[in-house]
Amino acid sequence: MTAAAHAHGHGDHGVPLSTSADGPAPKRIIVAYGFWIFLLSDIIMFSALFATYAVLSTATNGGPTGRQLFDYRNVAIETGALLASSFTCGMMALAIEAESRLWTYLGAAVTFALGAIFLALELREFADMIAEGATPQRSAFLSAFFTLVGCHGLHVSIGLLWLVVMMVQVWAKGFRDTILRRLLCFSLFWHALDIIWVAVFTIVYLMGGGR
Amino acid sequence: MLGKLTWDAIPFNEPIDLGASLGMIIAVVFVLGLVTVKGWWPYLWREWLTSVDHKRIGVMYCVLALVMLLRGFADALLMRSQQALAAGGAPGYLPPEHYDQIFSAHGTIMIFFMAMPFMIGLMNFALPLQLGVRDVAFPTLNSVSLWLTASGVLLTNVSLVIGEFARTGWLAYPPLSELRFSPGVGVDYYLWSLQISGVGTLLSGINLVTTILKMRAPGMSYMRMPVFCWTSLAANLLIVAAFPILTATFAMLLLDRYLGFHFFTTDGGGNPMMYINLIWAWGHPEVYILILPAFGIFSEVISTFSGKPLFGYRSMVAATMAICVLSFVVWLHHFFTMGAGADVNGFFGVMTMIIAVPTGVKVYNWLFTMYGGRVRFTAAIHWSLGFMVTFVLGGMTGVLLAVPPADFVLHNSLFLIAHFHNVIIGGVLFGAMAGYTYWFPKAFGFTLHEGWGKASFWCWFVGFYVAFMPLYWLGLMGMTRRMQHYDNMAWQPFLLVAAAGAVLILCGIACTVIQLVVSIRDRAAHLDRTGDPWNGRTLEWSTASPPPSWNFALMPLVEGEDAYWYMKRRAAEHPAGHAVEPKYEAIEMPVNSATGFITSFFAVVTGFALIWHIWWMVWLGLFGAFATMLVLAWRDHDEMEIPVDEVARMDRAHRGSQGAEIAR
Repeated sequence: MTAAAHAHGHGDHGVPLSTSADGPAPKRIIVAYGFWIFLLSDIIMFSALFATYAVLSTATNGGPTGRQLFDYRNVAIETGALLASSFTCGMMALAIEAESRLWTYLGAAVTFALGAIFLALELREFADMIAEGATPQRSAFLSAFFTLVGCHGLHVSIGLLWLVVMMVQVWAKGFRDTILRRLLCFSLFWHALDIIWVAVFTIVYLMGGGR
Repeated sequence: MLGKLTWDAIPFNEPIDLGASLGMIIAVVFVLGLVTVKGWWPYLWREWLTSVDHKRIGVMYCVLALVMLLRGFADALLMRSQQALAAGGAPGYLPPEHYDQIFSAHGTIMIFFMAMPFMIGLMNFALPLQLGVRDVAFPTLNSVSLWLTASGVLLTNVSLVIGEFARTGWLAYPPLSELRFSPGVGVDYYLWSLQISGVGTLLSGINLVTTILKMRAPGMSYMRMPVFCWTSLAANLLIVAAFPILTATFAMLLLDRYLGFHFFTTDGGGNPMMYINLIWAWGHPEVYILILPAFGIFSEVISTFSGKPLFGYRSMVAATMAICVLSFVVWLHHFFTMGAGADVNGFFGVMTMIIAVPTGVKVYNWLFTMYGGRVRFTAAIHWSLGFMVTFVLGGMTGVLLAVPPADFVLHNSLFLIAHFHNVIIGGVLFGAMAGYTYWFPKAFGFTLHEGWGKASFWCWFVGFYVAFMPLYWLGLMGMTRRMQHYDNMAWQPFLLVAAAGAVLILCGIACTVIQLVVSIRDRAAHLDRTGDPWNGRTLEWSTASPPPSWNFALMPLVEGEDAYWYMKRRAAEHPAGHAVEPKYEAIEMPVNSATGFITSFFAVVTGFALIWHIWWMVWLGLFGAFATMLVLAWRDHDEMEIPVDEVARMDRAHRGSQGAEIAR
């Protein structure tokens, strides 16, 4: 853009202006920044679900409570898988920076596998609970539980789908600028899901399980 | 195969409903037929429907808003006439189940599909121009936002013909909106329309926040941004922070209705009051999402037509951001009667009153801007002056309602109805009309007819007072909102006056339509050749009217507040400087994309299928939207180059007329 031609970073009398006066930011910054704002909005959506869970966590309507339902071994493995997938996602980012296709695919494959393990364990947990009669229709507490945890699971599923699409794109188009920006956004998304999971683990399982 | 959809969904037995449906269908068929016969489709598709130009998208948002103003106002006329008639034993002409749909649709349409698109449209149009940049941060996403909003509009209007709309009021409070008490598709229409358009609004908010914070012309530090940019920043931050709460809340109500969950039900441990809390945690910021851009428009208009820089720019910015933050800590004043206790009510009452302080700062700033200025009494300044009088009055009744004991008496009465129409008509609508008048020449290259604009203002202004002052009084007399009929004959005279006020407002709307027709007919007499018809102060007036798709041939260099004002001053002092032709370069612009239009087509398919429980079609719609996204992700060329000759040719023409103006 011609902006660069104008932007000297100095005001009228050679006084340096703040960086806010430098003119439009590069595309990469704009994309990542916009995606951050999106993630912020997503976190706010989760916060509404967290608040709901907090209000309804005692509204068991005579049905099972968190203490009776939660299997902490399962949750611990889930957490481990998801946190590890964040690490491998970071490794993938390094591979992308080095523009190494092999290591990128490998990092993506391990990230995908760990994400899939997380999702499988979560679905098994849901299936077990439903089999015991602890369905989301049973009580407001269970409605809130299934919605909050399920919404995170839905995000993980979308993340896995996105990861597959991105790998096909890397394979088809290589490391061009648009692809690199999308991969950057994917990384941000995947790490944000980890942050949300930490809150889910704490508030839903640890605090909710005490009741 | 078709879920719950049968022939019973068409209102054959309800003459008023059927008449309205037929009227709407005929109008739509007529417009589509006209476009087809005239052969306008290729032009429309190429230049508008697939455009990612922020100016075109902004114009389309405003057109959508104006059309929905007509639809929402038709509902208002129905309500006013029903209440004028249905006194004593008289039933009026609208049966209760129809009347309930009308007040629900009126509120939903006016807030979500009139006020919101109008403000988002004006922001879309003006922001990049004021910031001195060529487009928003994510142009294709911008088109997706527009069309998702249009999808919500379409679904809401389809409910008139196929099925029914919600009978629950514009916020669909449970338990009434739960399946047990509203088994029809009305609430589903409401929820899916707003979910789809809400996603559009959220994406638009993300887009504009990023644009303001990361894309400004060189030299435009935060404290040099026009005030409209500041208020838009605040409004869009609120969109980003508030709309996800709405999405989550509606999602929970949908889970209750579709899968038998117990969030807000009266059984199973559900908590209906939680819905009220959550919806107002979105709803109160929402009113500031609407009013803050309007404050920005008034600031621009008053400063321009007073020929003075805005008084107290820094305090204006501070007041805007203070309102932005405070808007999140007052939501409980919408339901003091919930019984949260004296301390909680007291806290929220005090916080609500505190909001009047930054708002008062703004009003004084506008007054001091005009003080000592040479005020030109154009139509735009009429709207601004009418706003200042009306909004202050509405603000004062708001402070009255913020006193919890007073609120216990006035809750859900017509006093409340009068209050929020007082601030929304007097604030948001007057602001939208001021912005429409102010930026119209920038969008189309000719000014609107001033006389009809002023006539419209006076009809709206007087009509508003005639229509709503009686409602304050009726509220004090004890009349509650949403009454299809009533026994107290003492109320009827006031309601007759209110109906007359609505007719006056109708005249105001008619004047706006006539103004548009007359202005287009006589456009040769009102051409804006210089790009600066109002002697403006900000960068949008430095480019041609209408601007080329790239806005600025060279990115402007900003050296202070009111950037264009100082550029003009300097050019007048050194005319030689203006004559030197700059060195032009080719410009990269984003290419058109049908993604927004097609995604939204599938969003309508999905929404309609969900409303009527046509599950195969839900999957079809979702798959279609996903496939559209994949096609977008696979395209190889997302930008095209505007050749340097083209840039130079357009800019030379503009500089020629600009130079002649400055010399004069």
